[in-house]
Amino acid sequence: MGANTLPVILLLPLLGAIGIACTARWPNVRETVSVLTALGLAVVVFSWFPEVSAGARPHIILSEPLPGLTLALSLEPLGMMFACIASFLWIINTIYSIGYMRGNREKHQTRFYICFALAIAAAMGIALADNLFTLFLFYEILTLSTYPLVAHKGDPKTIASARVYLGILIGTSIGLLLPAIIWTYVATGTTTFTLGGIIQGNVPGPAVGLLLGLFVFGVGKAAIMPVHRWLPAAMVAPTPVSALLHAVAVVKAGVFCVTKIIIYIFGVDFLFSQPSAQWLQYIAAFTIISASVVALYQTNLKRMLAYSTIAQLSYVIMATVILKPLAEIGAAVHIAAHAFGKITLFFAAGAIYTAAHKTELWQLAGIGRRMPITMAAFTIGALSMIGVPPTVGFVSKWFILAGAFQAENYLAIFTIIASTVLNAMYFLPIIYFAWLAPDAPDVDMNHGEAPPAMLLALGVTAALTIGFFFFNQPLLDLESQLVESLPL
Amino acid sequence: MNLADHLPALQVALPLLTAPLVILLRAGFLAWLAALIASLASLGLAILLTITVLETGTQQYAVGGWQPPFGIALTVDGLSALVLLLITGASSLALAGGRQSLRLDIDNRRAPMFYGAWLIAMAGLCGIAVAGDAFNVFVFMEISSLATYILIAAGRDRRALSAVFKYLIIGTIGATFYLIGVGFIYMMTGTLNFADMALRLNDVIETRPIIIAAGFITIGLALKAAIFPLHIWLPRAYTYAPNAVTVFIAACSTKVSIYVLLRFNYAVFHGNLLGHSDLFTVFIIPLALSGILLASAIAIYQGNVKKMLAFSSVAQISYIALAAGLASQSGLMAALLHMFNHALAKGTLFLCVLAFVLTSRSATITDLHGIGRRMPWTMAAFVLASLSLIGVPGTAGFVSKWYLVVAVMEVPGWGIPLVIAIIASSLMAVVYLWKFIEAAYYGEAPNGETGTMEVALPLRALIWVAALSNVYFGLFPQLPLALAQSGTGTLLGGLH
Repeated sequence: MGANTLPVILLLPLLGAIGIACTARWPNVRETVSVLTALGLAVVVFSWFPEVSAGARPHIILSEPLPGLTLALSLEPLGMMFACIASFLWIINTIYSIGYMRGNREKHQTRFYICFALAIAAAMGIALADNLFTLFLFYEILTLSTYPLVAHKGDPKTIASARVYLGILIGTSIGLLLPAIIWTYVATGTTTFTLGGIIQGNVPGPAVGLLLGLFVFGVGKAAIMPVHRWLPAAMVAPTPVSALLHAVAVVKAGVFCVTKIIIYIFGVDFLFSQPSAQWLQYIAAFTIISASVVALYQTNLKRMLAYSTIAQLSYVIMATVILKPLAEIGAAVHIAAHAFGKITLFFAAGAIYTAAHKTELWQLAGIGRRMPITMAAFTIGALSMIGVPPTVGFVSKWFILAGAFQAENYLAIFTIIASTVLNAMYFLPIIYFAWLAPDAPDVDMNHGEAPPAMLLALGVTAALTIGFFFFNQPLLDLESQLVESLPL
Repeated sequence: MNLADHLPALQVALPLLTAPLVILLRAGFLAWLAALIASLASLGLAILLTITVLETGTQQYAVGGWQPPFGIALTVDGLSALVLLLITGASSLALAGGRQSLRLDIDNRRAPMFYGAWLIAMAGLCGIAVAGDAFNVFVFMEISSLATYILIAAGRDRRALSAVFKYLIIGTIGATFYLIGVGFIYMMTGTLNFADMALRLNDVIETRPIIIAAGFITIGLALKAAIFPLHIWLPRAYTYAPNAVTVFIAACSTKVSIYVLLRFNYAVFHGNLLGHSDLFTVFIIPLALSGILLASAIAIYQGNVKKMLAFSSVAQISYIALAAGLASQSGLMAALLHMFNHALAKGTLFLCVLAFVLTSRSATITDLHGIGRRMPWTMAAFVLASLSLIGVPGTAGFVSKWYLVVAVMEVPGWGIPLVIAIIASSLMAVVYLWKFIEAAYYGEAPNGETGTMEVALPLRALIWVAALSNVYFGLFPQLPLALAQSGTGTLLGGLH
């Protein structure tokens, strides 16, 4: 395929959004358009996979608003993976959303599906961005298009939370990320992602650490402490939003940006040699441990999952800043692993809410006996979060640990082990109570399983969480290019 | 000489001569139509002039064939072309979109007079842009100001009268200061022509009258341009003027004063007065900086959308002043670009407000709760223009902000604090705009009304053309870039 067809990946969801708007009057047609768009997008994205896997790097310039500053798209292993995950999970999520939105009789469903399609278009734009400017553009579109989704309910409490969401994400991106991009541009004369980085020799040593800080905290979507507050706030959104956007598209866009910036803007080797950049692993370690501890104290299921996400995101950051080949692969695989595991958990949470209207942890006692399929999927997702084989969470943890040993980075090793223990401490009791404990008193237990559309979706993602443990070779092949092409 | 050579003169003559004809038309509709046609024709002339300037360079025109420095000279370069496009574009946009709104605001019997005043205001503003000498600038400035006072006070809101009185007093002080300065310069050099002045100033350099003249001119024009803290006339004038008038003047009138300010300080003084640019920088940057921060902060606490946008204008004008005050090539580039881009964004925003007021009869935020659900198309355009005002990439606002930040980073020692100030102000813009956007989409409608009630399709289409132009010039900014580049060249031409 020619690189000229790359914009199709962005245009398809946009056309889908228009289609959804036009068919608002007929819900069945509207949902069909949603599903078809999702399917079409996934087909287009996956059709690029063999080529990129074989080493092709398609590239196209759309416009050049300022000299040296282009709106350009390209595909490389990291972006390919992110695009594949997001587009594939969008199909499942669309099916799940239909079940959820109808099951809960939500209002403004057309707006919901339109914004969803726009958000996916933005996520694709982030995946395909060829330079920081393009990345920033789609990063902002993603924030703006997800705001109506977070604020979906429209009551004052939701609005207040959505304001936190928007305030932190826009604030950090304009306040820190944009200056970082402009600094990079002024110092190097370019913002294009280049293997080996563009910073070396252009920014003096101590300033590298500062620039890294601007980038890392500027990408608020990566939820590194202390800019993590938006993520629990965003949990007021309907569950499909939490699932796709706050387990996959938005947060993964965050860590994807950080990983991409570290690999392609700073350069792994250069950053490894900079003492001023070492602080990031301490912050990541701190985020992992403290977010896990906070998760331990949560009583609301979705909030607990949110803090778990914060910790897992910092795994990716930590893996990236170990700055060793195996750890870089681990970082990339963990983006995928966490996506499958966490979307399963959120799907399960949404299924429980739809079928039984339960949101608090104590209400879940004995629920496994009434919703066996949902809780089985939940169990698989939770095991993947802890990193137990045979789930995909084990694969990525293996690589990250291997990289940490390669670098003899004992901080990373200790953090991963400690957080695994913490993960087990907050997930295992839930599994135990859900399956084995007697029913919670004073709770309505007259409910069955969730609607079939939701079960189908969470069944697929749970199966993938396990399946990916066995069949991860194509992804590993793709991402090892990331390392081979790195000057080691 | 064919007609194309007379373009600079036609640019002023056309609206000026149409104005009396418009007054003769009895019916409000005909007067409006005539004014719109004249305005569109002026826009056409401005576009033709722009093309000519970009292709063949600066256009010189001697009125009546009397050669300068004795006759009246009209000069159109890239900078004037940029300003002309703004004036005529804003006027056409406001007239085309303002028919319904103006019919409500203006008494039908007085409508022909109103449209006549409108054309005179436009002619005056165009005159400032094409005039090649300092005195004609003053004459056109008075013409445009007097007509603008009429436009602002023409609505039904009686508060406009006190607002316009304040504007009148301050505007007159500004114009007088300017005239005093020009008088001093004439006394010392014996010329009023800009180009001539720039040459002759060399002989009387560092004399006290010239330095005093520079001070008078700068402060006088800063008053008219509403540079913080000389902005006090602006918020109330914008707020209580008829909505269509606000669209017109908010997009261009202060920009024209900045244009004269730049022309004097760079093309005339910069190359001649030793240390003038340092002095100018020291004078303007603290003012601009406080404007950027304080006006944005004040905008957050406004309960009226028009007033909020007016304070936002003060902040945005301060951006232009800051960029211009840097006295560097990239700074001037940023200033000129921002003149253009801010006009695009603010014009669109005020046009949206005009539509809101048409349907809900109020511009206070509490009355506009839930307007986003009732007018989804207009509100979406408002959001798009807001993004441009904030400076989100992909919009025109980003291009000028990018240039501004790059220019500011070149300042030794002060780069980082200035960048922080710009960013802080951008974030405050997010706050005040989002405060309204959130209320518009999620607020409870005041009287519980639901259902859509959009404005008529032509107005909606116009709003969207304006909104999309923000995106177009964000992705393909070649035209404003070329004009700004040419303008920067003219302004710094005296620097050797």
